[in-house]
Amino acid sequence: MSGLVYFSSGSGNTQRFVEKLGLPATRLPIRASAAPLTLEAPFVLICPTYSDGEGRGAVPKQVIALLNRPEARSLLRGVIGAGNRNFGAQFALAGSVIARKCRVPLLYKFELAGTQTDIIRIRDGLDLFWGRAKATA
Amino acid sequence: MKDLNAPRPGLRAVPRAVNWNRLEDDKDLEVWNRLTSNFWLPEKVPLSNDIQSWSQLTQQEQTLTIRVFTGLTLLDTIQNAVGAPTLMADAVTPHEEAVLSNVAFMEAVHARSYSSVFSTLCNTADVDEAFRWSSENEHLQAKARLILDEYDATGSPLRKKVASVFLESFLFYSGFYLPMHWSSRARLTNTADLIRLIIRDEAIHGYYIGYKFQRALAGLSEAERTEIKDFAFALLFDLYEVESRYTEQLYDPLGLTEDVKHFLHYNANKALQNLGYEALFPDDAVQVNPAIMAALSPGSDENHDFFSGSGSSYVIGKAVATEDSDWDF
Repeated sequence: MSGLVYFSSGSGNTQRFVEKLGLPATRLPIRASAAPLTLEAPFVLICPTYSDGEGRGAVPKQVIALLNRPEARSLLRGVIGAGNRNFGAQFALAGSVIARKCRVPLLYKFELAGTQTDIIRIRDGLDLFWGRAKATA
Repeated sequence: MKDLNAPRPGLRAVPRAVNWNRLEDDKDLEVWNRLTSNFWLPEKVPLSNDIQSWSQLTQQEQTLTIRVFTGLTLLDTIQNAVGAPTLMADAVTPHEEAVLSNVAFMEAVHARSYSSVFSTLCNTADVDEAFRWSSENEHLQAKARLILDEYDATGSPLRKKVASVFLESFLFYSGFYLPMHWSSRARLTNTADLIRLIIRDEAIHGYYIGYKFQRALAGLSEAERTEIKDFAFALLFDLYEVESRYTEQLYDPLGLTEDVKHFLHYNANKALQNLGYEALFPDDAVQVNPAIMAALSPGSDENHDFFSGSGSSYVIGKAVATEDSDWDF
């Protein structure tokens, strides 16, 4: 069994996206002081972007804290970045940063709470992705 | 002797001194940091490099561009002088007021930027004519009126926020389309760089005000939430009606109206998402011309989809500088 882990701040865009996706998913706690998540199965991470104009601070601290734990990081299989194209080259930058840092594929990028097209592509894509992962396991 | 410590009924209470080390809402500091680190002035952009490109536009294209920019100037002026200040009165934390004062000032910077473009590229007489045009254009005046009515008359903090998000995240885009269009054809590329700085700021403004809207909404009853949602969609319909006519008037002569309308639909949906609402326009109505999307986010590999094989799997974007001391591996 493989799942989704996501971060969503108080603005709730990623939360609404995950609700529309309709797949089992675990939300990272917003409070940095909350107890860390225990993860047992491989997962794909959905992460929104908070960068400034220079690309600094793109990945939320809560996500960095999760990936700093080797046992959590070892289960990460891919990342989906969220953001806003208004930020130009920094659009969904958190996804690219995590992909590079953790050496996993950047699977997809979407804006804000996503469109219906994004939902369909990601649902189908994840199906294939986990199927392939199982076949090569 | 006069008692200087006596309470003075009817007068404004002394505000609490803002303590940034005691936050009531973490989003205030997050957005403050983003806005202040994104601070810019039009002098940073070498607009004079566009002089030759400007001279290659036809008279009709030049007039359209100046008019579009005076329309944008009007919206920035409203947001600077009325919108952000009126939202400050409804702020629920002292930090929110400080963030909104930054929003207000940056709107003044945006409004000022268009005049930098004008003074660099255009004849004074043409610019004066365009400002006269903007003050008389019925559609431009109508959309300003719809927003101002919410700011001035209703006294409802939620309705003001809805109007403000629609201004920041929707109404600008009939104008922003044009410099993106020119940029996609290698015209006025420095002006487009300046506009992209404005677009970036407006995205944060719409996001933040939309977030504060959602926070306020959460404290209301189901019936009140329904009423506000009905209001929001009704206002969007009215604004869209005006925007459609404005778009047709400006862009019909260049045959670009349909292209612009897709961009409007796309941004209307994003404005609704900032408010926490679902999209209004279906996906096929929001398929923006790829050249415009590329101009909006140059170098962002916008169609990245590993699942369908587009985009490389281990993306190294052009943007680096992402090292963050919080990573410990």
